[in-house]
Amino acid sequence: MMFSSFLTGNRATVRTLAHVLLLAVIVVNVAELRGLTIFHIDTRGMLVFDRFSLLFTLVANLSLLAFFMLSSKDMERVGVNYADYFALMFFVMSGVAIAASFGSLLMLFLGIEIISIPLYILTGSSKRNLKSNEAALKYFLMGSFSTGLMLMGIALVYGATGTFLTGATQIAPGAPPVILVAGMMMLLFSMSFKVSAAPFHFWTPDVYDGAPTVFTSFMATIVKAAGFIAFMRLFDSEFSQLQPQWKMLVAVIAAATLFVGNITAVFQQSVKRMLAYSSISQAGFMMLAVYALNSDAREGLILYAAAYSFATIGIFAVLAKMDDHTFDGFNGFAKREPVIAATLVIFILSLAGIPLTGGFLSKFYMLRATIGGGSLWLAIFAVLMAAVSVYYYFRLIQAMYFREGEGSIAVKPSAPFRYTLVGLAVITIILGIFPNLLTNWLYF
Amino acid sequence: MIVLLLFLLPLVGGLVSFLVKDGQAARSWALLVSLVTLVLSVAANAWVHAPSQLAFHAEWMGSLGSSFSLRLDGLSQVLTLLTAIAYPLIFLATWRTTYRKPNNFFGLMLLAQAGLMGVFIATDALLFYFFWELALIPVYFLCSGWGGERRIAVTFKFFVYTFAGSVLMLIGLLYLYFQTPDHSFSIASFYALHLPESVQSWLFWILFIAFAVKMPVFPFHTWQPDTYEQSPTATTMVLSGIMVKMGVFGVLRWVWPIFPTAVHVWGDVVMSMAVIGIIYSSVIAIRQDDIKRLVAYSSIAHMGLMVMAIFSENRIGLQGVMMQMFNHGINIIGMWIVVELIERQFGTRRLSELGGIAQKAPGLTILLVIVALANIALPLTNAFVGEFLMFNGIWNALSSYNMIFAAIAGISIILAAVYTLTMIQKVFYGPLNNVTAAAHDLSLVERLALGIIVLLIVIYGVYPQPLLNLANSFVEGLFRTINVANQIK
Repeated sequence: MMFSSFLTGNRATVRTLAHVLLLAVIVVNVAELRGLTIFHIDTRGMLVFDRFSLLFTLVANLSLLAFFMLSSKDMERVGVNYADYFALMFFVMSGVAIAASFGSLLMLFLGIEIISIPLYILTGSSKRNLKSNEAALKYFLMGSFSTGLMLMGIALVYGATGTFLTGATQIAPGAPPVILVAGMMMLLFSMSFKVSAAPFHFWTPDVYDGAPTVFTSFMATIVKAAGFIAFMRLFDSEFSQLQPQWKMLVAVIAAATLFVGNITAVFQQSVKRMLAYSSISQAGFMMLAVYALNSDAREGLILYAAAYSFATIGIFAVLAKMDDHTFDGFNGFAKREPVIAATLVIFILSLAGIPLTGGFLSKFYMLRATIGGGSLWLAIFAVLMAAVSVYYYFRLIQAMYFREGEGSIAVKPSAPFRYTLVGLAVITIILGIFPNLLTNWLYF
Repeated sequence: MIVLLLFLLPLVGGLVSFLVKDGQAARSWALLVSLVTLVLSVAANAWVHAPSQLAFHAEWMGSLGSSFSLRLDGLSQVLTLLTAIAYPLIFLATWRTTYRKPNNFFGLMLLAQAGLMGVFIATDALLFYFFWELALIPVYFLCSGWGGERRIAVTFKFFVYTFAGSVLMLIGLLYLYFQTPDHSFSIASFYALHLPESVQSWLFWILFIAFAVKMPVFPFHTWQPDTYEQSPTATTMVLSGIMVKMGVFGVLRWVWPIFPTAVHVWGDVVMSMAVIGIIYSSVIAIRQDDIKRLVAYSSIAHMGLMVMAIFSENRIGLQGVMMQMFNHGINIIGMWIVVELIERQFGTRRLSELGGIAQKAPGLTILLVIVALANIALPLTNAFVGEFLMFNGIWNALSSYNMIFAAIAGISIILAAVYTLTMIQKVFYGPLNNVTAAAHDLSLVERLALGIIVLLIVIYGVYPQPLLNLANSFVEGLFRTINVANQIK
């Protein structure tokens, strides 16, 4: 992919090549899910491709496909290295695959780093834009710091257990060794940074705002979901026996994330920053899965990743075509583009958690997992914050439908763009009525 | 099967209505769909008794313990009948009101009807929640798109208020789900639960808050007058005539049978809230200048009385509530029709600016006076039967303050007479002024709609037995469930 830019200067060819290669990846993914392996590498237990990881990788690849179909043309406007952007995204996807299926802490580190480093580059890819450069530097510095923290945590855990392999830890009865708890805490904090949980979220609004909108779309959805899958995998396999130590802390982090994300989003005037904070609040909901760690949480997290990614990719795709990123830029949008406005309504309803959409069912799974995991107050707090989120999500609907305005779209959306958006909206509704279509794949 | 059609028909009709291009065709299509739904509903109540027709069950989300199950019993029959009768009346009465983008307007109205029907017939808690929210979304778009000047902020407040209550209800339902031995959302499993009193108490409040916001009960009523005022009157008819009954229905179906002890323990508190609301809103109604707000506050008073009758926990009161749900729906729609006609003709809703309409529009006046007398619950009107039964129930309540409650609630009848008759006198009698000089009487469609309402008022006022029969079977069943629960404690 990377070298295709040398071979052809034609952007359309590059785009088509990216789509074809991604489709090939998806086909291989589905084949693996069905049981046909193309070739087999013995990773000695460091990479475990179970159904959970394969299903999530499939969801991530499908989201990327939707993203390509909607936004690949808009990536042209970012800079000259068109093919490199695609290449970097493919690299990130390989990191996603590793992070989703790690069996060893080293693989976790490798996966997280492979995800992060291309993202630093993508964030700063709008070279003449000062905000983009600032965002890239901020992301790089804070990301490297948190990776250092993660490495220290991994080292401490290795010191306590003697192996990098997750799931092999046997905790002796009685108080766990302090080294182990310390290492676990560091891993908790560094992973919380990666998924922008409070109080480690401070990099997110600036980075998401400064990055070119198309890449924000990619970061806010697929990467965040991948982070959560890694988070869940880590705590499920490695630290599930240490639950008394970290359960309360994770609950507090989840509640803080929900609070900070939702309350701050209410005050935003720019849709892009609002979506950045909304991704933080959605991260708060996904933290509930890490808190609960039961089968509901697993199913729910994959459903949440799918519903959230599709909805947010759709909204960002439209946002990328506008030149005015504030709410007022959307005034009167419904009159100019009724079909697109209708699909945006469905995406917004999904993010807010209104029934009939995938977003509601995924939140429902999270709530079920939380109550089943024993904490009622956390569930009540989560739904109250969801009620708060209605405010800023519905502001967009109000601007589109109930206010007059003359805002312009910088790039005219094409017919395939509309069809893809409608397709995404239909999938969102189908996931809202028949989630079994997705979750059954975990078992068959 | 019929019960499924009750929900599917308005849904499909609404979706089709979005595609109709011509405004008049959309209006006729909406009226047609609502009439067919009415025929179906009457059939389900009167002619069809096979249980297979009146219940529907399909597998939906087995892993979550939720199934798509619907059932039509006494309570559902009364309320679906109300919805089915109300909609054609609403469409007839607003036949000559022009709406911009009428295909969207009628599509959303029919979608709201589908959601409302679903709420009343669902017997699975998750499905109930689905329909509860589904009834809300079209109303949000209707009020925001076609409402008055302050509609956006007001509807937003309404939506967030109701949504917050609903998600609390979701938590309550989820918790109940976890208590059921077979982990299902079906209503039978919920009814079979026997929870200790402390658990019942907080669960009762979590669920009751959602329904209290809907009805609305003081102090959760602050969204209502603004929302009713700013909505297009057809939507206000849906909101006030049918949607508030969702709250009462919720208490009767999902709160009382599952938490009988909590209902008994907290009955006094709720009755106090209700009685404060009744007096408070009646007094405010007397001071209103805007007709729409006046009727809105009077609606709070009526619903407060229903809440009191429910929590008085006896059979007669409950029968009164069931009758009154139907009657209040019809009566209040009649009042709103008059409001709509006045606003359409004169462009103003202020009592101070109107007067003397009786001289130019005698037909409208006669029909309105009958509807208004029903609002006051004069004997010979349907509301009298309902309110008499309810007062009887409150007087005989198990609470130790029953006489005080009944007396204070009785004052509300006098207050209702004050504001209703004042409204009639100011709007219809007195001298003509330049605004009302050009008044003309009703057209045929409006006469038809109001006439049907008046007919229902008088018929059920004189011969309420059919409604009482419908109510009776449900009341008996409910008390049986509650007694079983009380004995097992």
